Amino acid sequence: MEDLLNKISLKLNTKFLNAVISSELLYDFPVFTINSANIHEVIRFLKEDEELNFHFLTDLTGAQTADEKQLSVIYHLHNMPKNWRVRVKTYFDVNVPEIPTATDLWPGANWMERETFDFYGVRFIGHPNLKRILNVDEMDIFPLRKEYPLEDQTREDKDDKMFGR
Amino acid sequence: MRKKLDTTLPLNDLMEKEYSILNLGPTHPATHGIFQNVLRMDGEIIHDAVPTLGYIHRAFEKLAERRPYAQITPITDRLNYCSSPINNMGWHMTVEKLIKAEIPKRAEYMRVIVMELSRIADHIICNTIIGQDTGGTTGFLYLFQWREHIYDIFESICGARLTTNICRIGGFEREWNQNTWDKINVFIKDFPKALNEFNTLLMRNKIFMDRTINCGPISSKMALEYSFTGPNLRAAGIDYDVRVASPYSSYQDFDFKIPIGTSGDTYDRFTVRDEEMKQSLSIISQAIKNMPSGKVHADIPDFFLPPKHEVYNNMEALIYHFKIVMGETDVPKGEIYHCVEGGNGELGFYLISDGGRTPFRLHFRRPCFIYYQAYPEMIKGALLSDAIITMSSMNVIAGELDA
Repeated sequence: MEDLLNKISLKLNTKFLNAVISSELLYDFPVFTINSANIHEVIRFLKEDEELNFHFLTDLTGAQTADEKQLSVIYHLHNMPKNWRVRVKTYFDVNVPEIPTATDLWPGANWMERETFDFYGVRFIGHPNLKRILNVDEMDIFPLRKEYPLEDQTREDKDDKMFGR
Repeated sequence: MRKKLDTTLPLNDLMEKEYSILNLGPTHPATHGIFQNVLRMDGEIIHDAVPTLGYIHRAFEKLAERRPYAQITPITDRLNYCSSPINNMGWHMTVEKLIKAEIPKRAEYMRVIVMELSRIADHIICNTIIGQDTGGTTGFLYLFQWREHIYDIFESICGARLTTNICRIGGFEREWNQNTWDKINVFIKDFPKALNEFNTLLMRNKIFMDRTINCGPISSKMALEYSFTGPNLRAAGIDYDVRVASPYSSYQDFDFKIPIGTSGDTYDRFTVRDEEMKQSLSIISQAIKNMPSGKVHADIPDFFLPPKHEVYNNMEALIYHFKIVMGETDVPKGEIYHCVEGGNGELGFYLISDGGRTPFRLHFRRPCFIYYQAYPEMIKGALLSDAIITMSSMNVIAGELDA
């Protein structure tokens, strides 16, 4: 795993200047944080580079940082013949949630990006059909953002103070 | 074998035709779940399909952000409810990976038995329903007795049948009783015979082969681009199986084959699932034969409930019991992805923990949500009746699709 991390970071650092913000090993996964301006060319490189060959998009999803100021999009890529996996993340401002789409690389990214848009409001530039997928079209919030708590915190008929909630 | 319609005709030729719009679903008996497809039809030939999703969306990912780790297991039951034990185990293993718990071999082998039984149950549903949709009701009713038998086994292990909530974080809560083992032995002894009888009904049946061969095919290249996993990817000729690629729960100890198809059509998906059931049976008998002795759960008092008699008589056990039941145990910070081979593909759990009592973010990689988007591509130019069996053979489960 350590070798794979070093190999990929060497390749990325020589190919792209200042694109890689951090690289680390989290449990059994090499994780790269990429500048949001470079994210598309980096995943394209990871996919098309002959040695790395991360040809399979396992998963694409969003998340929000704990301070609620940034959103992130997380790609899980897989090289099946060598059984290498890598996680690529990119962070951007919650008020300008725009990154390029990956649908030109994988048609399978279509619904995953629609789901991420649906729940986090990330606008994937260039997506052919970016609209809500699981929630109703009339919804005007992005429900997985942390600013929308699951239960109404102002309710008084439920008192869970005793158990630290 | 029928030819696909040429959809690359010049626009003028197409403009002269009048298309009809057909709503297939959301509640149609042939779709086996809440699926809606708005089809643009030229007579009986499908030109385009637009799937609508979200009819049973239950906000699992949001719910999970407020639930302690042990209380998320019942949520995973309701993803792919045809093989809920695999989802449960996948979630337990994710948490165990996060807290770095060591699970005894015996518990891992027992988990393998449960997971393979539920894979068989999942494949029974899918394959018999392909039979049902092509007009062979007999096999459906006949093999469902054996699915009942599997559910009886689950019931004697954990008390539930469909949404099992089986096993715990750390291992099983108790040894299985003799009744359970007897039932499993009866199953592996008698099920192959029933499966063979089912196969003689369909496998080389001329009508079945005519209906399924070259129906809803997908090439291996396209399957990879659409992130297919599981039996659907293997039917297209890619030998990717999570159990072999990144073994979990001691799968490396077992000797089994990964069946693959060639053309990725409905018939190949049927045969791949059929062979997988046989391989699963072989894994179960290997697990029973080589079952190690020892404890059935890990030694992690923070997560694993202490035995009841200790709770009533021992202060420490009572404290742990209270902390676990009230969900007041903190977990380490971390970010992990763990995947298992579910009934219909790679079921992944992407978990970010900020060190609190609940996950900060939990994402389920739901295989059928990802591969169902290739469905319009697969049925373009096919007949309506082919679209129905293509959908049943893809094993799309509404609960997993809509989360």
